[in-house]
Order: sequence, then C-alpha cells, then structure tokens
Amino acid sequence: MILPLRLEEVSFTAGGRAIIAPTSLEIHAGTSTIILGANGAGKSVLMRLMHGLLAPSAGRVVWQGREPHRRQAMVFQRPVMLRRSALANVAYALEVAGVPRAEREGQAMAALKEVGLVSCADRPARILSGGEQQRLALARAWALHPEVLFLDEPTASLDPGATREIESVIRAFDAAGTKIIMSTHNLGQARRLGDEVLFIHQGRIAERSPVERFFSKPASPEAEAFLKGELPWA
Amino acid sequence: MGMTSRVLIGLLLCTTSVLAQDKFITVASTTSTEQSGLFKHLLPIFEKKTGIDVRVIAQGTGQALDTGRRGDADVVFVHAKAQEEKFIAEGHGVKRIEVMYNDFVLVGPKSDPAKARGKDIAAALKKIKDAKAPFASRADRSGTHSAELRLWKAAGIDIAKEKGLWYRETGSGMGPTLNTASGMNAYALTDRGTWLSFKNRGSLEVIVEGDKRLFNQYGVILVNPAKHPHVKKEMGQAFIDWLVSPEGQKAIADYKINGEQLFYPNAGG
Amino acid sequence: MRPPHPYAQPFILGEVRAALRMPGAGMDAIFDSLRNAGLLIVSGDPTLLEIVALSLAVSLSAVVLATLLGLPLGAAIGVLRFPGRRALIVILNALMGLPPVVVGLVVYLVLSRAGPLGELGLLFTPPAMVIAQTVLILPIIAALSRQAVEDAWREYEEQLTSLGARGVQAARTVLWDIRFSLLTAVLAGLGRASAEVGAVMIVGGNIDGVTRVMTTAIALETSKGDLPLALGLGIVLIAIVLALNAAAFLVKEAAQRRYG
Repeated sequence: MILPLRLEEVSFTAGGRAIIAPTSLEIHAGTSTIILGANGAGKSVLMRLMHGLLAPSAGRVVWQGREPHRRQAMVFQRPVMLRRSALANVAYALEVAGVPRAEREGQAMAALKEVGLVSCADRPARILSGGEQQRLALARAWALHPEVLFLDEPTASLDPGATREIESVIRAFDAAGTKIIMSTHNLGQARRLGDEVLFIHQGRIAERSPVERFFSKPASPEAEAFLKGELPWA
Repeated sequence: MGMTSRVLIGLLLCTTSVLAQDKFITVASTTSTEQSGLFKHLLPIFEKKTGIDVRVIAQGTGQALDTGRRGDADVVFVHAKAQEEKFIAEGHGVKRIEVMYNDFVLVGPKSDPAKARGKDIAAALKKIKDAKAPFASRADRSGTHSAELRLWKAAGIDIAKEKGLWYRETGSGMGPTLNTASGMNAYALTDRGTWLSFKNRGSLEVIVEGDKRLFNQYGVILVNPAKHPHVKKEMGQAFIDWLVSPEGQKAIADYKINGEQLFYPNAGG
Repeated sequence: MRPPHPYAQPFILGEVRAALRMPGAGMDAIFDSLRNAGLLIVSGDPTLLEIVALSLAVSLSAVVLATLLGLPLGAAIGVLRFPGRRALIVILNALMGLPPVVVGLVVYLVLSRAGPLGELGLLFTPPAMVIAQTVLILPIIAALSRQAVEDAWREYEEQLTSLGARGVQAARTVLWDIRFSLLTAVLAGLGRASAEVGAVMIVGGNIDGVTRVMTTAIALETSKGDLPLALGLGIVLIAIVLALNAAAFLVKEAAQRRYG
C-alpha cells in the first residue's frame, strides 16, 4: 500500500513566481478526490508534484510502501501515444513495468476489453479519434493495475459522448479499488465522480470538503465566487 | 535483421576488398604524367609481366616528394632535378635514376598580344612581361613550376619582385591552370604531354617550342627502406628496373597521341 | 572477386568520349550535357560502373557508420541534462559545416605512415575514404537527430516518465518512434557524403580503379579540360542521389500512412 500520501510543507516556485504555496495535506485511500480551481490556480502543478513529474522547491512528498512510483499511473488532457498499434501501446507500458514478454499481449488485450477497444487493437493508435485515444490511455493505465490514478482534465478536449465513455471507465477504476485523483473544469463531472473536493485558489488549498457540502454550502468566499462562475481565471 | 546485415557486410566487403590485394606498390607521380595518359599505356604492360598492381597518386612534384618523405609512397616519379637531389640528400631516397624526357611548350592566345612567338623562350618571356600580357603560373612547387621559375631567371627577370597583376598564380595542377589560361586568354608554360591531351584549349595554341632550355627530364627514385622500413622495396625496385629496361623504354617511346610521341626515353644516357 | 583491371580492356569511355559534344551556349548546353549523361549510362561502360559502385559503397558505408554512432549521440544529448550541454550543442551544430578538405587533411595526417595510425596502411584505400566521410557527416547526423529527439521529447517526456521509462530506455523509445523523421537527418548526411570531393581526394588519392569515385572523377576530367564528360558524370551523380532521395521520401510517406 502506497497510500496515504503526505505532502509536508510542499511548495513550488518557477520563474521567480510562487505557484504552489507551502502546503501540507494527507490523501487517503477509498475516496475519489477531485481537484477544482480556476485556470492557473495550480491544479496541474499540484498533481505533477504528487505524481513525481515535478520536484518540489521545498518540502517533501511522502508515499508509503516500496517503489511508490510503480503503483501509480497518470492520464493527461491530451493522450500521448507511440506510433504503434493500440495493443502495442498498452504492451509497451507493461514492458516498461517489467512484465515478461509472453504475458504482455494477454494482459494488454484484457485491458483493451475493459475499455471496449478490442476492435481497435491492431489499428495505429495515432489515427484513433480523440475519445478513443483517451480510452486507450486509460486502458494503458488499467493494465498496470495502479493503486492511484491521476487524471489531469481528461475530458476537457472531448465531446459529451466521448466524455460519458471516459467517465464510465473512471467509475470502473473506482469500483476496482483504485484511488482517483482528478482535476476537472466540469462541475457536473466533479459531482458525478467525486467523493471529496480539494479546492485550490492561487496556489493554496482554500477548501477541502465532501463533494455535496462543497457544492451546496461552500465554506470559503473564493469557493463561493468560483461556483458562482465569477472566477474562471485566477 | 537478416537483409540489413547482408547489405552491411556487402558494403564493407566492397570497400575493404581492396585492402586484401597485397601485390601492389604506391607511386607518387605528377599530374602532368598522369594526365598525359602515359600510365594508362605503361602500367598494364608492367602488370601483365609481373602481376604487380601499380597505384599512382598524381600530385605536383613538391607534393609527391613530400608524400615520399612521409613514407606514404614506395616510389616517386617526378621531373624536378634540384628537388629530387635534395630528396636524396635528406636520405629519403636511395638513388635518382633518369628515365625519360619531354619538353615544355609555351602556349598562348592565337592573337599573341605580346608578340612572343618564336623559338626563344627567354625572349618570349621578356616580351610577355614588358607587354604585361596575362600569364597563368602553376605556383605550386611542381616540376613545371620549378622549370618556369628557372626560365624567368634565364630571361634575366626576378619574377618574385617584378610580377604584377598580369601574373596569375593559380596554385593548382596543369589542367586547371590551362583551364584558367584558356578562360582568360593568358600565356602559360605546360608540358607537351598534358597539352596534347588537353581538350579545353579555347583560343590557345603553341607559341614557343624547341628551345633547348625547355627540355624536361624525368627521374624515378625508390623511397629509402632504411628510413621507411615498410616500403615495398623488391616490388618498387622491380618497377624501376623495368622502366629503364629496353622493354620499358620501348613502351615509353611507343606512347603517342594522334601519332605524336610525347616522351623520349633516355635511361642510362 | 575484384572486377577486371580497368586498364586491361579497351577504354570504352574513350569511345563515348569521342561521341560527346562540347556543350554550346544556353539551352544547347543543357541538352548536350543530358545527352552526354544518357550516352554514359547507356554505354554500360565498366569503368563508369566501377566508379559509381565505389562511390555508393563509400558514401553508404560512411552513412551507416555515422548513423550508428551519431543517432545515439544525438538522442543522448537531446534527452539528458548535464553541465556544458548547451555549449556542446553549439559546437555540434557548428561542426556540421566542417570543410571536407580540412577533414581530409586531418584524416590524412592521422593515417599517413608518418602519423599515429600509419601502421594500419589505410591511406589511399577506400576504407580511408569511408573513415574521412564518416568523420565529416557524423556531426550532421548527431546534430539533426538531437534536434528531432529534443522536439519529440517535449511531447513524450511526461507520459514516458509517468510510465517509468527513463534514460536509455526512454531515449530508445523516442528514437524508434521518430525513425522516419530521422530518415531526413540520414539523407542529409548521405547528400553531403556523395557530394564532397575534398576529403576523398586527399585520403584516397583518386587512384584509377582503386579510389576513384564520381566526384574525384569529375574533378579529374574537369582539370583535363574534358568538360562534356565531366558534366555528363555530374548529371549521373545527381540522378543517383535524386533516386535515393525519392525512394526515401516514398518510404516515409508510406510509413506515415501506416503508423500515423
């Protein structure tokens, strides 16, 4: 078990600007955590600090257990696929994870089945539609059976139909016990998928509460303004 | 990877197969000898007789002797007596052996602006300088260049001091220098062999020939194996011996372009 | 396995030579040179074929070697971060403009009997030409692949790092993924190698039947004043390089369609 994740006075500065103020928090298993905030508030940076793609300027990011980076996966707003077939892309993730060659194809196929992309298995990943590629990114993550799945605005570039497909896969991850940490702009999506909300404003966690309470009775004035639609940009 | 490795091996074999040939010597000679076509005529005869492949690097005399000094050639075959004797004195060569001679000719534009035409090279050069007519010099330490400098001296002209814009130093081989002369309608000194096989004459023709001072002696020298132990001395010596043998001398005399003999064998004489 | 000695057979090139016309002015010159090139190709002259074969063998060998060395080098510089990296990139880019004749001179001094590697006896042989051309085009392939890898890395870095691919594994993945873009870098190297005359002239010596390639043959015929033949050879050379480039382009297009 690599959770709970602890951030100890983690801050991030770049180009002379403080992007994330010193932040301490704990993330536990079980609940889906949605990170909400205006554009530029620091959602993406916070997630990358947690996942290890960025090193904090100060403070520590502390996971439990051994080799925590192997038990996590991340899906980005725009999926990045190799110039190979859909199946090969998933198999690549398994290769990097050290899965023996003989087992890769079978596990990759199972992952494609989970997201409903078996019919696309041999097609070049890069010519799939946006929604299909994002589903493929989720299949790739699924194959790794991560404990924690980070998603950075996964449906921001997709139409409503594709968005629905992605959300149902995320729900499948959740049902399988994977911890979801997701940032989104889509308030309805946050309500549909989330258990708790981490609201971030100008690099600080302004509020953290269960999802229903956040939407019905926001505690901070910034959260209130955000929900009223007055704070789309930080 | 099967196809790729096969192509790679094929490429390497093509380029390295030449290394496997052991029976060859490297001869550093001059561009004038190569471009006259003499070697194309001579070398097959020698190879047929001895099975030795003669690889000729054609450079200017100065460069050819330097190649010998570095030990990168087994034999040098050039035409500048003073430079050759210096080469031997430095210990890089065993012995200088005379093989053949040809002559230089002064070529120039048909219109002959300096009125240099005639049988006297020294007088011609003086007229060219006085008229400031364009003259293309090789200026590359070659045998031809050495001869040219000698002839200016014979005409009583210190060319280093007295040259002007009319004196064009190309710093290149005989062919390129003739190309330049043809292109600018300039006079130039060239060996007859290169001239006879040169195709881009433009308006150039022979202006002066037959002067005894235009005589051009060729010598062949074995690079000194004492100084350069890897030199192929037996095969190199075999080549030299053949050049001065009656058979080799006859082969030299037999070489003609359009019925005109280019080189006159004079070994041992 | 060696082709028959070029001196031993009637020098057919000479007959073709006799048939060649001196190019006139303007359009005439172009048609005459094309006609000369055509005559050369159709004559099937063994000397010409030998020269073409050697040119291809030398330049392609150099490209293969330079690619084997240069691609990993370029990828490493593109992906890794280390002190002095930016200075190294500037130097690598500058080395793309290495004058061939200078490279030839340096390699000559190294391979000369009077030089450090004289014992190998490589001077005035095709392997020496391959070495010189490899040195010449290595910076081109390394610099261009570095640029391509660095651009691609920007796209792939986060996802590959997230998956746990690092260092050599990540570099190899990116290199393989952009392999058809890298083809452009390789073609640039091939173009430089087949076009240059300075390096192969100095280290090869332009020995008839041994180290004479298309560019040195053209230089020789030019210096002999045989301009029609030189032009004809030049057109043959350009035609070959064009054909290689066309083939590479078609391969790239097909791959684009297959892999997206």
